Amino acid sequence: MATIVAEGTGQAILEEHHPQTFLRKYMFSTDHKIIAIQFLIYTLFFLMIGGFLAIMMRYQIAWPDQTLPGGGILPESMVASGYMLPEFYNSLVTMHGSIMVFLAIMPMLVGVYANYLIPLQIGADDMAFPRLNMMSFWLMVPAGLLTLASFFVVGGAASSGWTLYAPLSARPDLSGVELGQIYWLLALVLIGLSSILGSVNYITTVINMRAPGMTWFRMPLTVWALFITAILGLLAMPVLSAAGIMLLFDQTIGTTFFLPEGGGQPLLWQHLFWFFGHPEVYILILPAMGFTSEIIAAGSRKPVFGYHAMVWAIISIAFLGFVVWGHHMFQSGMNPMLGLSFTISTLLIAVPSAIKTFNWMGTMWRGNLHFHTAMLFAVGFVAMFAIGGLSGIFMASTPVDIYIHDTYFIVAHIHYVLFGGSLFALFGAIYYWFPKMFGRMMNEKLGKVHFWLTLIFFNLVFFPMHGVGMAGMMRRIYDSSGYAHLQGIQDTNALITFAALGLYASGFLFAFNFFWSMKKGKKAEANPWNATTLEWQTPSPPMHGNWAETPVVYHGPHEFSHPDVEDKDWLAQNERPDVVSPAGGGH
Amino acid sequence: MAHAAAATAGRAHERGLDVYTQKVGMWIFLCSEVMFFAGLIGSYIVLRFGASDAWGEPGEVLNVPVTAVNTFILICSSVTMVKAFAAAQEGDQKSIKIYTLATAALGALFLGVQGYEYTELILHSEWQGSHGFTPQAGLYGATFFTMTGFHGFHVFLGVVFLSWASIRAFRGHWGPNNYQGLEVLGLYWHFVDLVWIILFTIVYLI
Repeated sequence: MATIVAEGTGQAILEEHHPQTFLRKYMFSTDHKIIAIQFLIYTLFFLMIGGFLAIMMRYQIAWPDQTLPGGGILPESMVASGYMLPEFYNSLVTMHGSIMVFLAIMPMLVGVYANYLIPLQIGADDMAFPRLNMMSFWLMVPAGLLTLASFFVVGGAASSGWTLYAPLSARPDLSGVELGQIYWLLALVLIGLSSILGSVNYITTVINMRAPGMTWFRMPLTVWALFITAILGLLAMPVLSAAGIMLLFDQTIGTTFFLPEGGGQPLLWQHLFWFFGHPEVYILILPAMGFTSEIIAAGSRKPVFGYHAMVWAIISIAFLGFVVWGHHMFQSGMNPMLGLSFTISTLLIAVPSAIKTFNWMGTMWRGNLHFHTAMLFAVGFVAMFAIGGLSGIFMASTPVDIYIHDTYFIVAHIHYVLFGGSLFALFGAIYYWFPKMFGRMMNEKLGKVHFWLTLIFFNLVFFPMHGVGMAGMMRRIYDSSGYAHLQGIQDTNALITFAALGLYASGFLFAFNFFWSMKKGKKAEANPWNATTLEWQTPSPPMHGNWAETPVVYHGPHEFSHPDVEDKDWLAQNERPDVVSPAGGGH
Repeated sequence: MAHAAAATAGRAHERGLDVYTQKVGMWIFLCSEVMFFAGLIGSYIVLRFGASDAWGEPGEVLNVPVTAVNTFILICSSVTMVKAFAAAQEGDQKSIKIYTLATAALGALFLGVQGYEYTELILHSEWQGSHGFTPQAGLYGATFFTMTGFHGFHVFLGVVFLSWASIRAFRGHWGPNNYQGLEVLGLYWHFVDLVWIILFTIVYLI
């Protein structure tokens, strides 16, 4: 750490270090690192809220005939004489999905890590448009407040599912929710704007602000993944915004875009939603794949196996992501020929996904494996993503999908890719980049306990759901105990709920570790993982402007165990192999 | 945005697009704008094919001649925008002032005519037996007001930025070394103009 700081403190850096007020430095900051940390706190909060909604749902599913513990403090419109109302359950289903997708996972993948890592990993001093960047965070704040407020307005929160299918979402008299739905649509438009501004920033920064020598194919895989993700967000979010605005008009001013009685088309909503929705799925997984590639390379002390194949796999997944949206609509009424073409394009995605999975295994193969917490989560990601990817193939084929459509099988699949996939990789990323963000290490012992509890409880929650779904349990059902064919699975449902409580509780272990380490963790060096990418070649945390002097890049991003370097098993991107002396090493 | 340019200027970096950062950013932003209008226009096409009898004949409700003049006004504003940019590159301070102000004024005039058109439609027109052509007048009214309304909102934002550019012009801000802001604003303005030509064709003429 000290060596780099001691080297030239340039004029520019000194000028930037005039004292700033608390408000300017931590609230309305234009520094990409501070904005990333703001996003991190914001998304962890919504992760906790979203998880809590899920816990309430699980309690209702496991014990529908019992009163909700502590339900007495909730208003009569949610819990009447101790029992959860079906309307409230519908709101929980809707808002759990909406909050997790739009306010937790997506801004955590993109808002936190695209902001934090893109400038640091390409050697830039900040984003291309720092003030737009600040705006993209501050647009998320009213969006979050509107979402929270929607629970407490007349009629409760939106209850038409996170997919907001019309006409249920378009007519208050059908869902019983008016204000809550409007609040959520307004929040969605703000989120869309925030996401578009973010994407413009990330793409421009990657194109025009790379450090000297940082050619396209020397960029770390995380940057590649975040760059392609930004392109997906840029092209998909505006379509959702347009659709959301039309739905908002149906709700508020009496248009009939999606209402058949006025000549409108409910199916049009589904097409628009999924034209956004499927690229969204890849927005939620590509950055996770980027983090995983990098953590596994560092944890295996080997270069990423098939770097170019990894890049092309990301690009082809993104491209295919735009031509598969119809596979969400097999049951909505579709020409079988069209269904077949969506089946084929969907199955094609298995190819680049498998390339990535095998390359991660190839990276670990005969590596010098270091199973620190970040590595455990990254390997956990690969395993869980493989299960989620395989169950996806079931849904991709129309004949099977007709049987499992709208059952818990779908719930199992989405959680294997979104929790077992995205969130596992995110936990890994938090453990991995925490020292860079806060200058302290997270506690490894607690981290490992957190990993094993998460892995075990996660699988206990979601693996049985495959079976529950095959047994015919509908995915948004409020009380399954009344159906003869579902009597036999009630014990499994109770088991799932116990495991879900364990999973939620282990999240608090993580939260404790996170906040405790921020204050009391072991001081981190500049490069605690002996990693190669540029962000580790500047102090932890990096100063305003990131670099004492602009780094110059000489080679690819993941040069571990380089044959020309004798005294250490890594070669930073800004180190030249021929000048790394056998005796002293670089920085 | 000018602040960002100052922050990155003078820093060595790998060759990117050989275009300055603000211009790249605007191009990328316009890609998302294309997708936004594609969502609206695509929905319009789907809805119109699904219920073609819900639409009127061209000229039946909408005032095509007035809107044609309005289209001409907007196209003229694109010309003055180019003139302003060219004047900035040449350092012709007088022309910069005239043309930025003219562009803002033509944009405002377009909005005024659109406001007049909306008022006439809502208050004084007949559509399918009922008085007034409003956003509630079936899919025809809904799509018309949504599409032209969002375009009008974009023109409004453009006029706000053009007013800001005009104020700067009168302070002598633009010149051969400082024309990027005008160029980036011009890209946005031409895009808004182009969208209008598409909307005018499919909403009014077909």
